[in-house]
Amino acid sequence: MAQVSFEGVTKRFGDTVAVDALNLEIPDGELLVLLGSSGCGKTTALRLLAGLEEVSEGTIAIGGRVVNDVDPKDRDVAMVFQSYALYPHLSVARNIEFPLRQRGMAKDVRAAKVKEAATTLGLDTLLNRKPSQLSGGQRQRVALARAIVREPQVFLMDEPLSNLDAALRVQTRADIVALQDRLSTTTLYVTHDQVEAMTMGDRIAVMSQGILQQVATPEDLYAHPANTFVAGFLGSPGMNLLPGTVTQGSGGEALVEVAGGVVPFPSTLRASSLGDAGAVILGVRPESLSLDPDGPLHADVTIVELLGAETHVICRTPDGSRLIVRQSARAAKPAPNDQVRIAVDPDPAAMHLFDATTTQRLTAP
Amino acid sequence: MTVASVEMRRSPVPKETTLRARRRREAGLAYLILLPALAVFGTFTFYPFFRNFKLMLYETPPVPGLPAHYVGLHQIIPTVTSTQFTQSLVTTIVFVALVVPISLILGLALAVAAHRKLKGIAIYRMIFSSTVVSSVAVASVVFGTLLNPVVGLLPWLGINPTPPALENTTWALPAVAVITIWQFLGLSFIIMSAGLQSVPDELLEAARIDGAGAWTRFWRMTVPLLSPTIFFAVIVSTIYAFQSFGAVDILIGNQSAVRLHTNVLIYNIVNTLQVENNPGAAAIMATVLFLITLSLTVLQMRFLERRVHYA
Repeated sequence: MAQVSFEGVTKRFGDTVAVDALNLEIPDGELLVLLGSSGCGKTTALRLLAGLEEVSEGTIAIGGRVVNDVDPKDRDVAMVFQSYALYPHLSVARNIEFPLRQRGMAKDVRAAKVKEAATTLGLDTLLNRKPSQLSGGQRQRVALARAIVREPQVFLMDEPLSNLDAALRVQTRADIVALQDRLSTTTLYVTHDQVEAMTMGDRIAVMSQGILQQVATPEDLYAHPANTFVAGFLGSPGMNLLPGTVTQGSGGEALVEVAGGVVPFPSTLRASSLGDAGAVILGVRPESLSLDPDGPLHADVTIVELLGAETHVICRTPDGSRLIVRQSARAAKPAPNDQVRIAVDPDPAAMHLFDATTTQRLTAP
Repeated sequence: MTVASVEMRRSPVPKETTLRARRRREAGLAYLILLPALAVFGTFTFYPFFRNFKLMLYETPPVPGLPAHYVGLHQIIPTVTSTQFTQSLVTTIVFVALVVPISLILGLALAVAAHRKLKGIAIYRMIFSSTVVSSVAVASVVFGTLLNPVVGLLPWLGINPTPPALENTTWALPAVAVITIWQFLGLSFIIMSAGLQSVPDELLEAARIDGAGAWTRFWRMTVPLLSPTIFFAVIVSTIYAFQSFGAVDILIGNQSAVRLHTNVLIYNIVNTLQVENNPGAAAIMATVLFLITLSLTVLQMRFLERRVHYA
């Protein structure tokens, strides 16, 4: 049993609050991705769990045991660093063996475990090499082998794929998911890459400025972002966010008036939650927009990006807001400076409303 | 003007010649820029260096005023096998053996102690490195006073060897070595501190999570990762220690009864040149010192580079 829990955990560096009252539960065997932009406190949260930083307030527990004052070596966690942190003067075999040696394991047991870990990660032929003789992907696998060989209660991974090239990253993230699935070890995985988070995590915890914004499954997070930060951060590109106001249509239907047009809103609004004068932020994913001569919105095209299978048409609304339309690469492409009209998917799930003041979600999840 | 006419005008000059002329011009400019440095090095380093080889071939009569005469290589063997020289060589080796390891170990210990994120640690770093800016004369006067049998620190602590440390055949060399160690400590601390800065924190953190205690982290991680720095510090301080002169000259002098026990090579060379007026023998000893330093450096590089781990 290795459930991890953060209860009201705060970390301050002088006057700076890096992690602010973090409450987070990671059930046994789950791969939870801590996602956020640079400086949001995600790595600090990971280091607090590893014991590399001291908690200012709150408690951290691993498997029900409070570990605030427990030395890192006694927390039974293994960590994979962004730079891999391989010991450059030791061979691959000695690197993998190092944590076992520190625990005083017998030589033959160590050798068997190193062999098993090396086989799992395809390092059999590299055991006598030094880290400097390995490629980035091989180093990454050695770091993983060093982590799994100990069979710890918790894996901690601090952006382990960020130094790999794009193709290798895709391959390795699938390998890590498969490995974690097989070992069923509770894993806290830190990344700033939302694609990595979406593809790897059982659940994703989004952080911003030291504060946990939302914890949910990737699907839920994408479909029902709790606030504009999560909405804009998740998705590639993120959700379009247009400031506007809610008004009543002649038939009693809710209309959202934004710069560039009026969009009928298909869902029931919680009117009591609206800010002053019905000021809202309308959120629409790029894939829920399409170029349509009869569309309710108009905007100017600034750039057209061809990404192979799809095209991103980046537009600017009359108030200067950015609006991205995702369409198939086969669809007709407008040219920069063209004026286009844009339609919104009428599916109620395609539109999201956020309070303009609090930036929190208004539409029911 | 059309493109064709430009080509016509360019074509008579062969490309190769243009390139050669350009290279010659660049080389000329390079030598011009190098000239000031060459003049300084030539005057104060290369000329004395080669002049030294010439001096080795001449013997100066013991009576002042008489001209030196050419003896070729005949005075080399008698000089390097003389008791004065061999004793001086042994004294220097003992001195180096005392100074180099102690100053490096202390420098490393202080660097490790100061390599933490604590409030006010910069003050300690400044104190630890301060000896590097104190001159040998100041250091010698300070330690001369501390070791003084009447007003010094040692008698105040109840340690009062007879005869006093700087006049004692057993303690004179260690006393001079202590001063030199103190002087080297600043440099050693700075070199080791710089080396520690280059050891990635993540490696030590990884080792910490992997179960290594502070002692293991130091011996199994810090020291191997610091080995290029240690290697450099050993070479530099060995060369410096072989060239020590000031402390012996100021604290012992050539009139002291313990002179022969602190007669390090450089001091012996200076004495041979100035007091005994024997430039030929002094030049031979200087050449031996040069060869020792050179071969030691080569040996250390060959031996240590096999054990050095470059991160």
